[in-house]
Amino acid sequence: MKNRADIVIIGAGMSGCSIAYNLAVRGAKNIVVLEKSFICSGSTGACGAGFRMQWGTEMNCRMSKFSTEFFEHANEILEYDGDIELRQSGYLMIADTEKELTQFRKNIEVQHACGIPSRMVSLEEAKEIVPHLNTDILSGAAYCQKDGFLNPHKTTDAFYRAARRLGVEFNTFTELTGIRVEKGRIVGVETNRGYIETRIVVNAANAWSQGIAKMVGVELPLYSERHQILVTEPVEHMQDPMVMAFNLNLYVQQSPHGSFIMGRSDSSEPRDLRRTSSWHFLEEMAKTIDRVLPPIGQLRVVRQWAGLYNMSPDRQPIYDKVEQVEGFYVAVGFSGHGFMFGPVTGTVMAEMILGLEPSIDASRLKLSRFAEGKLFTEPSVV
Amino acid sequence: MDENTIICRCSDVTLKEIRALIAQGYLSFDEIKRITRVGMGPCQGKTCGQLVLREIANATGQSMAELQFHQLRPPVVGVKLHLIAEEAERHEE
Repeated sequence: MKNRADIVIIGAGMSGCSIAYNLAVRGAKNIVVLEKSFICSGSTGACGAGFRMQWGTEMNCRMSKFSTEFFEHANEILEYDGDIELRQSGYLMIADTEKELTQFRKNIEVQHACGIPSRMVSLEEAKEIVPHLNTDILSGAAYCQKDGFLNPHKTTDAFYRAARRLGVEFNTFTELTGIRVEKGRIVGVETNRGYIETRIVVNAANAWSQGIAKMVGVELPLYSERHQILVTEPVEHMQDPMVMAFNLNLYVQQSPHGSFIMGRSDSSEPRDLRRTSSWHFLEEMAKTIDRVLPPIGQLRVVRQWAGLYNMSPDRQPIYDKVEQVEGFYVAVGFSGHGFMFGPVTGTVMAEMILGLEPSIDASRLKLSRFAEGKLFTEPSVV
Repeated sequence: MDENTIICRCSDVTLKEIRALIAQGYLSFDEIKRITRVGMGPCQGKTCGQLVLREIANATGQSMAELQFHQLRPPVVGVKLHLIAEEAERHEE
């Protein structure tokens, strides 16, 4: 492990790996990534493997479009010898209330202004797209063909390998234990494997980011919360898009491998870092799937797991250079969509750190927006 | 041993693929699992787990006891979602 670095990144999930790659590809040298466990061991590795552009805020629409356009060429750009398994097989957003349908219509206006090819679909058409969908309980749906599936492990691996080839040093099973600050600026980091002198630290630890910010006396307005997923045995291909519903509370898609991956949220979850599995989730998930997509109920669940959302007050990330401590940067608070925003996260942070002209305006995502009351809440999050 | 030997029967992963990843520095079961799908299938690593760990142990000189398997998660065996839903509703009545 190096004992001097120009930039130290905390966390080797999608965000950390993308920031490392984007810095290195722009010519930054001496980059060190610290990961307390293994690559992709946190929120990225536990996510639902979807990406979408059907958002309700202009900011999220623009950022997801930027990321999607990157994903479309990621195998080539990152010169990956594997496959990130991009499948633009669509997202079908289903509603069972008029209120939700009205929200979909509003969202689509925002999406169209950003050039996203989403549209409202009739229940008949929804049934054509997903024949086993129980449309009797629905009021309508929205659809975007360009959304879809992406393998989070392989996509992160692609960024990781590309960054490593560009000279980035990754230290796994290396835990940050302290950040040394002198006269208001960062001078180094302490780890369980020794000290690294550095003037720049990037906090990309998502669910664990609040604890890291506290090391330099910064209070981030975030909390972490468990979200659970389950996966079934693999079966023959039977469903193209991700089916997602906010009110009915589910998302479910069939992976290219054949298994169904599904999740839902639970507003009674405690706000902590536990990642255990609960029986309650399994029951609620099973009941929901049985009602919305009955044939999937005939599949066997083989595993359930849990990951952490790092929730921000407006359900949008924070990309910033923290004013109180010189050299401290944050890319945190992804609220459940950090994986699919990976390309934009890396780009915004690399350009911010290197003082380059931004290729996408993310200035509304500064930390100060909370203190100033300039929130712009994303309405469409499961 | 023949390198085309299947180590993970659920996901068709060969010994060759496992050894190639170990040689590239993927030194834990979890890391190898995330790239190859080893242990992600219906058996949840009950068949392949020890085999993969032994390969890591042989390559790194660590003892098998020092190595970590993936976190064990429910269910123990595959269960139909519909049966879980039915039971849940019966309990609620």
